Amino acid sequence: MIRQPDLQPSDPSYETGGGPGGKPVGIRAARIRLALRGLRESWSIFVESKIGVIGLAVIAVFALMAISHPVLMATIWDEATYDPVTGYAFDQTEQPAPPSWKHPLGTDPLGRDVLSQLLSSTSSEFILGIVAAVVTVTIATTIGAVAAYYGGIADTLIMRLADLVVSLPSLSLLIVLSALFELNLFMLAILIGVLGGFGGSAIIFKSQALGVTVKPYIEAARVAGGGRFHIILVHIIPNLLPLSFLYMMFAVTGAIFSEAILSYLGLLNIRMSWGIMIHTANTAGYLLGGAKYWWLIVPAGASITLLCSTFYLVGRALDEVANPRLRRR
Amino acid sequence: MLAYLVRRLGQNLVTLFLIVTLAFFLVQAQPGDYTSVYAQDPKLTPEVRAQIQADFGLDKPLGEQYLLHLRNSFTGNFGISFGHYPRTVMSVIVERAPRTAVLFLTATVISFYIGFVQGKTLAWRRGGPLEVSMTVSGAVLSTVFTPWYALMMIWLFAFQMGWFPLGKFLDPLLWREAHVNADYVFNRMLLTGGAFMGFVMLVILASRWTERSGFRARFLPGLPVLTWWVPAVLVGALVAVVAWSFSGVGHLAWDIVKHMVLPIFTLTSISFAGTMLLTRNSMLETLREDFVTAARAKGLPERAVRDKHAARNALLPVVTSLVYSLAFAIDGSVIIESIFSWPGLGLTLLQAVRGQDLPLVMAAFVFIGIFALTAHLVADLLYAYLDPRIRYS
Repeated sequence: MIRQPDLQPSDPSYETGGGPGGKPVGIRAARIRLALRGLRESWSIFVESKIGVIGLAVIAVFALMAISHPVLMATIWDEATYDPVTGYAFDQTEQPAPPSWKHPLGTDPLGRDVLSQLLSSTSSEFILGIVAAVVTVTIATTIGAVAAYYGGIADTLIMRLADLVVSLPSLSLLIVLSALFELNLFMLAILIGVLGGFGGSAIIFKSQALGVTVKPYIEAARVAGGGRFHIILVHIIPNLLPLSFLYMMFAVTGAIFSEAILSYLGLLNIRMSWGIMIHTANTAGYLLGGAKYWWLIVPAGASITLLCSTFYLVGRALDEVANPRLRRR
Repeated sequence: MLAYLVRRLGQNLVTLFLIVTLAFFLVQAQPGDYTSVYAQDPKLTPEVRAQIQADFGLDKPLGEQYLLHLRNSFTGNFGISFGHYPRTVMSVIVERAPRTAVLFLTATVISFYIGFVQGKTLAWRRGGPLEVSMTVSGAVLSTVFTPWYALMMIWLFAFQMGWFPLGKFLDPLLWREAHVNADYVFNRMLLTGGAFMGFVMLVILASRWTERSGFRARFLPGLPVLTWWVPAVLVGALVAVVAWSFSGVGHLAWDIVKHMVLPIFTLTSISFAGTMLLTRNSMLETLREDFVTAARAKGLPERAVRDKHAARNALLPVVTSLVYSLAFAIDGSVIIESIFSWPGLGLTLLQAVRGQDLPLVMAAFVFIGIFALTAHLVADLLYAYLDPRIRYS
């Protein structure tokens, strides 16, 4: 439904595409040209809402932060002082120490550099978010397309399962799971992805796929002898991709958020993360110090909030690209 | 409608059955079993250990254990809590479930209402600075790191301003002299709240009826609508307040109310933004429909077009999404409870998880599930009522 410009008779691909006499090379070139034009148009719509551009810029800043940690560790930060988990700021007499030139964001109650913790957690947050989002969207797209195309028993089973997963409070379930098993970052990402993929997103993708399966070109593909897998893979799923991309953004937000909550509650087996930083400040009793110990809470809390809301805003902007009815008249 | 209700109830029972089953197999899948809490005690002889295992029914085959688990769960027998030792799990749950219910219900209803009103105004004034600022702050509020935000609220309103207590359910110093326990007061407060809501509904229905049947126009022609149902509600509220202040436990109820305000406000402010943004989108789509243009062309006032024609149709997708976001809202109240030390189901779940109190973990999880299912059912029925096209099929 997004940005697949209609073929016009004047389009070169109209003449070469589809017909038995068309040259394959010409078709491919035309397809690439069409795709590029579609991308350019989507981009211009995306840029139109400032929110999306601001969001992308903030994500770029976080990506820079993620890259900067190994670089800083390799160059100016020595490991004994600046390691995010085992380091200790010997140069400070009192821990937590307020921000200084050597420690721009101060140190935590255990004498570890807060900036180093903040930077080193960024990359794991990205990994977590992206793994969870990819798992969510892969599952949701596949089972959504299958449910819409096959209908019948497959549809009923998948949708009942989705109803069940949607009504489960997933955070409570994750809390219970973390009581029973030792969860690490990767397992958590997969779990969040699976819970998301079989839940609400599956329902949305199915209804979207349902709109695609009744299109004439699906009928045409079937008549032309296309197999079921071929139709699902080549004709249905590509039409779900814009929506997938959009839902990936929301899934990233959800995953980072859940991880932060669980590590804030001290339930995860993770070396360092933003949630753990707040957990450390909390268990050491510095949380209600308010503005006095701001560097223990504000950088981590603001990072979680900012990264989550940024992915959310980019998702919103993509929504306007994917859904023409939301655009300005 | 009745057939639909029965079928949805049946579906919910199946889901509940699956949740109970899930709880059983989660415990089975974990390393160790219920008795591993005792197993660390070196003074236990192997015979005593075997006896404990037998007491928990762990010597029986898996199938029989499962059937026992099902029977116990559905008869409300979740065993005895490890953490609150002599008490049964059920008594802990019965004490705490209403506290979660109040927090969750009030916040959901208020946030849904505010979100809807805000969202439709945003869509109506598309493109202004108000829209940009509200969208951004809405996105920030709905994705803000909840514990951090809640702590900031406590710090600002309870610690700096001193307007509210720092959390917890009641003030122990005040209650030391009291001759009643907290549940006694709280359950009566719940009853009062429920009765008041019912009263308001009745008054509003009655005012509708007098309008429709022409009763007011015939007998009390000088009386505008507003002037009689607003005082009626106010009088109802006054009666409730006076009754409480003469009951002798009014100051205790007021203490609970004071503890309730900040958590509810916090939960409301983080959950209204989602509804607001959704209403905005749904409203933008509705505003493009032909009937809105037609309503405008008829010369209806803008307010009527917005509220009566566009907003009512924009409400439907918002209610659908409410159905899906209920589970999320319950998770939100779990977090809020843990920050405000509000002793509801969520805090119980967390404390039980930290203390490895497995029977309580499972029961709290099952009851949070029941909570979610019930909320789901209510939202579904509401949706079926709002959209006549959904004919309960």
